[in-house]
Amino acid sequence: MSTQTQEDLRFHRRVPVLWWIRKRSYFVFVMRELSSLFIAWLVLYLLLFVRSVGRGEQAYEDFLDWASSPWLVVLNVVAFAFVVLHTVTWFSLTPQAMVLAVRGRRVPPAAIIGAQYAGLVVVSAFILWLVTR
Amino acid sequence: MKFRVEPFLWLAFSGGGVMAAIFLPVLTFLFALAFPLGWIDPPDHDHIAAVVGHPITFLVLLGLFSMMLIHAAHRFRFTLYDGLQVKHRALVAAACYGGAVFGVFVALHMLGSAT
Repeated sequence: MSTQTQEDLRFHRRVPVLWWIRKRSYFVFVMRELSSLFIAWLVLYLLLFVRSVGRGEQAYEDFLDWASSPWLVVLNVVAFAFVVLHTVTWFSLTPQAMVLAVRGRRVPPAAIIGAQYAGLVVVSAFILWLVTR
Repeated sequence: MKFRVEPFLWLAFSGGGVMAAIFLPVLTFLFALAFPLGWIDPPDHDHIAAVVGHPITFLVLLGLFSMMLIHAAHRFRFTLYDGLQVKHRALVAAACYGGAVFGVFVALHMLGSAT
């Protein structure tokens, strides 16, 4: 049995910084973790959008022009890809993180995943309707 | 029993993760791609100003953005710690959550300016 203390644990061999490029599953894991940066960027981007709307019609038009500049489109396409990766991996992990039971029987993982996609569709349709009607 | 903050951070991480998974795809698609690139006609200013200026939109967006920022901070904390092997535990946590709290104030300010 191990008798290691907190103190001993500090002396572990260092792991190389690029440990995650050696295997596909590690790579996907790190990409999924990196989605956090793009989520933070998109929150900032959406805040800038809201601010431009509040500043009047001209600022709003200028924002849309700025948003269609090539480097920003590239950034946002990449960000969108990371968001999709986040959504897909998040939905498929939920049944593992959360076990739901109805009348003593476990809800099958496929039902939990399906319910989340249904939620995604309803929310997306509502937002599309709200902003374009 | 000793009070620990870690479980609450994981709870906030999960909540923000769900919100990002459900709301961000459509918001990104519409506002970052479809409207600027003209795939869909952007809403006219009066309409979008009425939508984002509504108090309910303010509250919903503030809640969503705050949760997403805490989610991102929590996940990035472990990206630095495990992924990039930055082992300054306290510094990494302070920078990540500090960034998120700062972001919430920025969100409050920017959302408030459009209301």
